[in-house]
Amino acid sequence: MDVDLSRSLFGADVAVTPLRAVGGLETLVGNTPLIPLRRVTAHLPSTVQVLAKAEWFNPGGSIKDRPALNILRTALSQGKLHQGKRLLDSTSGNMGIAYATFGAALGIGVTLVVPANASPERIAILKALGAELILSDPSEGSDGAIRVARQMAAQQPERYFYANQYDNPANWQAHYCTTGPEIFQQTKGCVTHLVAGLGTSGTLIGAGRYLREISPNVQLIAVQPNSPFHGLEGLKHMPTAIRPAIFDESVLDQTLWVETEEAYRMARRLAQEEGLFVGISAAAAAVGALKVAEQLEGGTVVTIFPDAGYKYLSDKALWGI
Amino acid sequence: MATIRIPTPLRPYTNGQSDLTVSGETVGQVLDSLVQQYPALRPHIFNENGELRPFVNLFIGEENINDLQGTTTPVKDGDRILLIPSIAGG
Repeated sequence: MDVDLSRSLFGADVAVTPLRAVGGLETLVGNTPLIPLRRVTAHLPSTVQVLAKAEWFNPGGSIKDRPALNILRTALSQGKLHQGKRLLDSTSGNMGIAYATFGAALGIGVTLVVPANASPERIAILKALGAELILSDPSEGSDGAIRVARQMAAQQPERYFYANQYDNPANWQAHYCTTGPEIFQQTKGCVTHLVAGLGTSGTLIGAGRYLREISPNVQLIAVQPNSPFHGLEGLKHMPTAIRPAIFDESVLDQTLWVETEEAYRMARRLAQEEGLFVGISAAAAAVGALKVAEQLEGGTVVTIFPDAGYKYLSDKALWGI
Repeated sequence: MATIRIPTPLRPYTNGQSDLTVSGETVGQVLDSLVQQYPALRPHIFNENGELRPFVNLFIGEENINDLQGTTTPVKDGDRILLIPSIAGG
């Protein structure tokens, strides 16, 4: 493969790659809107604003389009992924949907290890996109899925390219190259705080590193569940989980620990007061962003809303329906 | 007596045990017995009002108890109850 990643990463010049058919879809990744929260922030002074990056505008429906595309392109350019080899990874859903989306577009087979308790919506979407699914023990959660994927990769290295989103630097680099610069440009350089949930940690580490370089005083704040057993689907409780190799805690200024019920209430408020029908990890990020904003006399707090609420509709307790 | 499967994140509160045999004629009674045996589990499963926290998913075999009779769902000898965590990052 002859791909100039520094130029073509998510850009319009993807036609230089031999994989001509994918140009259209790839160019739609990133450049998502930054939406001000208005009613849930009504108690804040006018000098403080909270802006949310609306990542469900990506073609695969979540922020995971960014790292998935970069992981795929990097593996292709390095010759690690080629015709006849399948991409393998473990996922809680969104990364799998992104892999399956671009895998379908590129003609690359995708095999995903997903905990069997993934929401029915996610499993249906993955099947519709043609991914091969291996369902792992639901009691073992995401870490169980990681262990299964590692074992499969070790047993059949000729069959699989193990994408390993938790340890693959192409994950955070996607956010360094796209999410971070977009936030800086969309706030005209005024961003003072970035608040994001930690899953793989790629978003906050990548976008945070970019912002820290260009604006050294920016504060980088992580949101984590406040308990190892929680309902914040997509977020990791790092102290008790398999720690992603890309998670560099030294980049962060602060961690906020969010309770599931707070995030559930926020998901309903965002839907009913802002018209933002977002997923549970977005709601947890909003809880964190508001806590940060409430401490400020002035500032621009940016947070990340990874996906929309559609994939969580079967969770009736979340929506109170 | 039913068996209840404890998910990985909660095993620190059950002395590392993953499968526990617990008495009770309904799911609610099984959970009460469980938190009496392992009190440190209580705040993870129940809220301050003693209600099941909204993200706690319980299955008997393949069936979610919310599709049966909730915590009043009868439990038979030998039933296997799964306590399922949500899915973490990525």
